[in-house]
Amino acid sequence: MTTYYTSEHEWISVDGDVGTVGITTFAAGKLGDVVFVDLPDAGKSVKKDADMAVVESVKAASDVYAPVTGEILEGNSAIVDAPAKVNEDPEGAGWFVKIRLADKGQLSGLMDKTAYDAFCATQ
Amino acid sequence: MSESSNAPLKTTPLHGLHTRLGARMAEFGGYDMPIQYADGIMAEHNWTRTSAGLFDVSHMGPSFLALPELGGGDEAHRKVSALVEKLVPSDIAGLAPGKVQLTVLLNENGGIIDDLMIGRPPREDQQGGLYVVVNAGTKENDFALIARAAQGEAELYRADDRALIAIQGPKAEEVIAAIFPDAVALTFMTFKQIKDTPFGNVVATRCGYTGEDGFEILVDAEHAEAFANRLLEDHRVKPIGLGARDSLRLEAGLCLYGHDLDETKTPVAASLSWMISKARRERGDFPGAQRILGELKSGVPSRRVGIKPLGRAPAREGTEIHNDIGETIGVITSGGFGPTVNGPVAQGYVDSSYGKAGTPVKLLVRGKSLEAEVATLPFVPARYKR
Repeated sequence: MTTYYTSEHEWISVDGDVGTVGITTFAAGKLGDVVFVDLPDAGKSVKKDADMAVVESVKAASDVYAPVTGEILEGNSAIVDAPAKVNEDPEGAGWFVKIRLADKGQLSGLMDKTAYDAFCATQ
Repeated sequence: MSESSNAPLKTTPLHGLHTRLGARMAEFGGYDMPIQYADGIMAEHNWTRTSAGLFDVSHMGPSFLALPELGGGDEAHRKVSALVEKLVPSDIAGLAPGKVQLTVLLNENGGIIDDLMIGRPPREDQQGGLYVVVNAGTKENDFALIARAAQGEAELYRADDRALIAIQGPKAEEVIAAIFPDAVALTFMTFKQIKDTPFGNVVATRCGYTGEDGFEILVDAEHAEAFANRLLEDHRVKPIGLGARDSLRLEAGLCLYGHDLDETKTPVAASLSWMISKARRERGDFPGAQRILGELKSGVPSRRVGIKPLGRAPAREGTEIHNDIGETIGVITSGGFGPTVNGPVAQGYVDSSYGKAGTPVKLLVRGKSLEAEVATLPFVPARYKR
């Protein structure tokens, strides 16, 4: 399983043609306490770089973008019920959605861990 | 109320302290201000509701309006009050010594230029002076307006080079008692000068912007950091940023100028009619009096109310408010998540026919129609020391 990162601070961990998507620890730290998450329904098609979900902190609402094009298989109901999970474990139990990838070739345009960490250092 | 411009950001006397405390800074009202510290907005909010929070509000505009000579009792007070009463609809002349009034500067149409506090000094030898505190983003214009209204009669002395430090929460009184024992006798919306403290001469007002008991202390810049450090040495006190200040005031049902109030709104529309005193209504001698008196008599088309979203999704500023057949009946002017309420809270303006608490309304959030109802303000009961 390989994890890729976007410049919008999403991560996608890919197993076969299924990717698990969330926001990074860096993003969760910037947002602060998450109080509400709005996830797309299963079956919905999402397009790479288009807004897919919404995450709200006490202060503001932010869009979460789809790192790849595909179909939503499942949303993480645990973070809908307890949004604080996004802060507690953003790159684990705080995942957002599972996506069936339409084109695995899109992954090559994303960053690996080393490149992403370097990118965050410039933010 | 933040004004975007290319001018360099101003800083408060506590700027260095914020940086050392690890605050996340951002622009507010032209100043580089702490939005939150390491604990985050939720923890800071809850700390203020249960213990005591320190807020740097030095970006605001404290000032003193004074006749050429102070002293002279009620007559001097009436004289200086008449100067500001040209701009506000409250009975400043009728304030008891030591009392502070929340009021509004009005334009000639009765629109709100700013909300502000005006205090009458408690001491006999200070009569003819007023303590005036305006908002950060509006202060240049406000000060010019007040100075012009007083021209030739009284002088406006800005005090916004000093530090204004708020200490808010149920333990604020105990904390302040150990530093300024004289301040404890103050009740809600009263103030006094306290001389020769370890932090120089200070002005202490029992007021705030959180719904909690607390004080705002005006202290000279040279003593600001020592005073803030003295407060922070107390284990009951933590520094609180503007993020939590906003969620606290929203739960307390208080207005934020530039969002809930602006020049298109009158005090009647803003549900602030209580500011318009009986004596001033009878005299009808404030800016926009004709319109405002008409609204008091016949009502306003839309007015400010609390809005409680019934689900978990916050409704932010600009969210449209609809009735059950999808007609737009108003707009959210500030909204977010209330940590003490443990849910979303908001305020906005609705057509007055929908203004009754409990009225069901819909909120258009990202294309979805969400259930909400008109709510009584505040969302969290105030705990002022009366």
